[in-house]
Amino acid sequence: MNVPIEYYLILSAFMFTVGVVGVVIRRNAIVVFMSIELMLNSANLTLVTFSSFMGNPIGQIFVFFVMTVAAAEAAVGLAIIIAIFRNKKTVNIDEINIFKW
Amino acid sequence: MTLEIIIFIVLALVAAVSSVMMITRLNAVYSALFLVLNFFALGGIYLLLQAQFIAVAQVIVYAGAIMVLFLFVLMLLNTEKEESLLKRAKYLKIFAIVAAVIVFGEVAYVILTANVAQQFSSIQPHASNGTIQSIGHSLYTDYIIPFEAAGFLLLAATIGALLLAKKKFK
Repeated sequence: MNVPIEYYLILSAFMFTVGVVGVVIRRNAIVVFMSIELMLNSANLTLVTFSSFMGNPIGQIFVFFVMTVAAAEAAVGLAIIIAIFRNKKTVNIDEINIFKW
Repeated sequence: MTLEIIIFIVLALVAAVSSVMMITRLNAVYSALFLVLNFFALGGIYLLLQAQFIAVAQVIVYAGAIMVLFLFVLMLLNTEKEESLLKRAKYLKIFAIVAAVIVFGEVAYVILTANVAQQFSSIQPHASNGTIQSIGHSLYTDYIIPFEAAGFLLLAATIGALLLAKKKFK
């Protein structure tokens, strides 16, 4: 535990902001999805950091559940993207507007 | 500069650079591969934090299973390359980047001035916290109901994904 806790937190904050920027500037739905995974991972890093520095394993158990939910989310989200691609022949989120009328 | 800090800085640089590369590559397959690199670096950082179980799960679940799923869908759909990132809605995107930099600056300022380390100076972390034995014991005793719920969630997600991606969806 020689590394100060601030370093971990700043790395996590940086990755989260990069994920947010990725969601805003990218147009490919799959890359937007990957940016969301990046944000989930930065939240995981914060949880593990505090869990480890507090000497309390509950944060790591929470990370385990976050991973489960992320796996489920990726499976369902990619299935939705495949279903949309089958109808619209694109994954560009500028051209997907089936809820607009 | 102890060895631990040097290892941390190398891993953190890999994680930070690969995350930036991920959102700037126009080819989505390169993005996915940089995300895999990022997940591996994070796995190393978890090891530094003495969270062995999470480090292993990170590499197996994220860098392995989830990213294979992403790459599989990318290859399956064979999408065209994106045009230049700032071509459409240019000012919105520039504004988003500037806003993100400001937010990151604020968060970093708060972290550096809040004196977080002092709160934990009295606690002595022990290495057995993040082992598979300790996490598994908690999961199967105190957290057995959330654990079963997570299993049920995965079952529901599997069925949902199958239904959604089926050829004829009625």
